[in-house]
Amino acid sequence: MKKILIVNICKEKLHYYEFVKPIEEILRINGFNYFIRNYEDIKNNDLRKCSKIIICGTSLFDNYFIKDIKTFKWLLGFEKPVLGICGGMQIIGLIFGGKLKKKKEIGFYNENFIKNFLGFFGEKEVYHLHNYYVGFNNMTDFEVFSESKVSQAVKHKSKNIYGVLFHPEVRNVEVIINFVK
Amino acid sequence: MKLGILFSGGKDSTYACYLAKNEGYEIACLISIFSENKESYMFHTPNINKVKKQAKTMNLPLIVVKTRGNKESEILDLEKAVKIALKKYNIGGIVSGTINSVYQSSRIQKICNKLKIECFNPLWQKDQVELLNELIKNKFDVIISGISAYPLDKSFLGRKIDKKFIEEIIKLNNKYKINPAGEGGEYESFVINCPLFKRKLNVDGYDDFGRENAWIREIKLK
Repeated sequence: MKKILIVNICKEKLHYYEFVKPIEEILRINGFNYFIRNYEDIKNNDLRKCSKIIICGTSLFDNYFIKDIKTFKWLLGFEKPVLGICGGMQIIGLIFGGKLKKKKEIGFYNENFIKNFLGFFGEKEVYHLHNYYVGFNNMTDFEVFSESKVSQAVKHKSKNIYGVLFHPEVRNVEVIINFVK
Repeated sequence: MKLGILFSGGKDSTYACYLAKNEGYEIACLISIFSENKESYMFHTPNINKVKKQAKTMNLPLIVVKTRGNKESEILDLEKAVKIALKKYNIGGIVSGTINSVYQSSRIQKICNKLKIECFNPLWQKDQVELLNELIKNKFDVIISGISAYPLDKSFLGRKIDKKFIEEIIKLNNKYKINPAGEGGEYESFVINCPLFKRKLNVDGYDDFGRENAWIREIKLK
């Protein structure tokens, strides 16, 4: 059976418990097979053998992935489904030519999803933890599913590449389940 | 990286400290907030003064800041405590035992963000029954020091978190939605012994206060 690749973008080992383990648990409890790789350790064989990829988020200051953004160049030619969460969404945006912008949001926020995004529609309470975001509104390759100026949920127009700025592992697990099933 | 632990003496903050140490981080200090408000949403209150004995047996310095415990002042007092840890021990981050509370975690995250230090929440979103089982597996000796939800009653005070307790709390979760790890404030705990302690704390006696489904056990240590 094909496995889902969970990508850990945290450099600090202790952040694994907060940003990767909750995703791992959602997949395990719902009967999905998975394996985990740190972003620097992903091999071509990992990309070949996985069925889908989830790129997890990270803490407010553990942002080494920005410096190492070239490591994610494989995303440009990747044809399988990908879901980027928070930092993972920023990675998708940067790789596809977007710019990083400053915006601090911590805690619960209400966001309006104007089109169905992995089962998400209408006003929803979501958990934010970021100091940056990528503005997808001017990126013609991507469709934006939320109303606010800061894009909350996006999908590449011709690839199954999804991004969410919020953390669905906190109270909105159905987004992750709808992506992996 | 040197870390400060937001420490209440209960199972969650102690286990978070244990995980940080196991991952190779240097624990520089414990940080405790003594709240005068027994209804605090942020800070654990029963037996908080006993953290001094826990810190001693862990051979760790303890930073204590008192707070009147109203909603805004307790955040300022927590920030004050973290600033002391930053100045005195040059910590690069703090660790909290928050499991599910966005109210608690987002306030701690904001303080760390302001002070430009890392915030670690190693129990975040953890399955609460799994947490209780890990405590037993890792030889944590934990007792119940307070209860505040129906149908928990005085008979729970002093009970050890063991297999029997877990079986019972799962049943209470199914029937009454009691959070198995007490994350909703249903119960408070106190760590008597764990791998971080040089020796077990000896309970010399106790006084129980409360009524019906709200009780606190003030523990006396030798």
